[in-house]
Amino acid sequence: MSTSDSLHFQYTVSKDDFTHAGSASSDVKNKLKKMNVSAAAVRKVSIAMYEGEINMIIHAYGGTIDVDIYEDRIVMCLKDTGPGIANIEEAMQEGFSTAPADVINLGFGAGMGLPNMRNNTDEFQIESEVGVGTTVTMTVYF
Amino acid sequence: MDDKQKFFHSVYLDKDKCRGCITCIKTCPTQAIRVRNGKAHIIKEFCIDCGECIRHCPHYAKQANFDQMDALDAFKYKVALPPPSLYGQFNHLDDVNIILTALTMIGFDDVFEVGAAAELVSDATRKYLAEHPDPKILISTACPTVTRLIRIRFPELLDNLLPLQPPVEVAAQIARKRAVEKTGLKPEEIGIAFISPCPSKVTAQRDPLGMKESNIDAVLAVKDVYPMMLSAMKKAQKDPLDYCLSGKIGVGWGHTGGEAAGVLLDNYIAADGIENVVRVLEDLEDEKFQMDIRFVELNSCPGGCVGGVLNVENPFAASSKLKHLKKYLPVALSHPEDYTQNPEMELTEKIAYEPVYMLGNSMLESINNMVRMEKLLRVLPGIDCGGCGAPTCKALVEDHIRGKGDIHSCTELLRRYYLYGEDAFEALEEENNL
Repeated sequence: MSTSDSLHFQYTVSKDDFTHAGSASSDVKNKLKKMNVSAAAVRKVSIAMYEGEINMIIHAYGGTIDVDIYEDRIVMCLKDTGPGIANIEEAMQEGFSTAPADVINLGFGAGMGLPNMRNNTDEFQIESEVGVGTTVTMTVYF
Repeated sequence: MDDKQKFFHSVYLDKDKCRGCITCIKTCPTQAIRVRNGKAHIIKEFCIDCGECIRHCPHYAKQANFDQMDALDAFKYKVALPPPSLYGQFNHLDDVNIILTALTMIGFDDVFEVGAAAELVSDATRKYLAEHPDPKILISTACPTVTRLIRIRFPELLDNLLPLQPPVEVAAQIARKRAVEKTGLKPEEIGIAFISPCPSKVTAQRDPLGMKESNIDAVLAVKDVYPMMLSAMKKAQKDPLDYCLSGKIGVGWGHTGGEAAGVLLDNYIAADGIENVVRVLEDLEDEKFQMDIRFVELNSCPGGCVGGVLNVENPFAASSKLKHLKKYLPVALSHPEDYTQNPEMELTEKIAYEPVYMLGNSMLESINNMVRMEKLLRVLPGIDCGGCGAPTCKALVEDHIRGKGDIHSCTELLRRYYLYGEDAFEALEEENNL
């Protein structure tokens, strides 16, 4: 049997698709559960990725999530196609939210998405350009 | 404990009746069944004794092992433990005492209601919640199937399990104590029999989780006891004795929401039906509930214990009958000193995670196997027809990787080869040998 360096998965997330919100993070979680990863690490990954997925549904125009699983870590790259974040520092604050009222009524939009993603990952990077899109890269070590 | 005992199951297959159809493999919530050589085999590590295969098998080939009355022959004094769900099995019943009296006419010396013990468990649950703010969310341990599901699929939620014994175990302790006091016999001379609505209670008696051993001596099936009771009840209704010790809360445990209602809190979730239970557990695990929850009641069967596969009555009719019976009862009956003293309420052992679904012994092996799996999955048709005997293409590939199955058993690829000359087996071979 050959040795593979990483395991790659790609998921497509559609704007406003609340019905399937969390299906990508749920799939990754169920894969990790079969893979000698501690329950605590699985939990961190699934919370961080779920929050990211929800952000793409609420704020962005949809996008893709690339997941790479290595022996010692998982890297999740969430890339959307806009609208982009004007002030990242402000967006990273707990409780800061630009979610519309209808979304808040669904129980989302508490302004904890990005902070939760940062708090549940070991490495967190966010790049954004208004009118272009946002890319978040998160790493969790096992 | 060896694996054979650890994964004991009451559910079994009547091979003569099994036709090798795919009904059970498709309805099993843990993908624990495979059709091999024309017969449905249970993978014991995956099975949680939910009884869905028994519920759905069109040929009645899936059954459950139960004790019969003669299992109590060796005991000098026999006590029946009827669950509240049993009360929903009979028509035109206004008085629980008729059922309880009938039980003493078909071979039991005494009865003690599981519902009465359930009220003590409700008390203990309230106390536990008040004394333990952490973890915030507690999940009921009353349904053995749910506990078994959590131990193989939701390790992160094991700490959320309410560490209290199920009502039936508390009932068995009290019943034995009372019988010893009443008769002067030794505890081991008393035979305690639970009349069960489901196979998982047999499993829980043989291999209890969270405790060393069960206090119950035999588990009978409602469907076996029911016919005997019908005629006895005719006699019993003339002059029923006063055995009833449970109130609304105790009887309520027989259907969904009853246990949660006994906790006397508003912030609870109560779900039933195994696929709904899985959904709630998935969302709990992901912390998706954006609301205040303190208690979670989960029942594997639709409608709660009234939906157990060994019952006689339609679960929803049975549930309605319980509501009717509750109308005439006090909220909870006061618990006389003589039987409430010191039953063991808490679980004594930690319930450990059983990682039965692992794809490798190390992370590297798991990654390699997962890579192989993804490649093989791309060759397989992905229609999850069940023709190979596994419930899905993915399950077939996982079996193959674990050395428990063979991807070449794909009937759809064979069909395509035979009808259209499409040969996918070469590609399969290529990915397999990587």
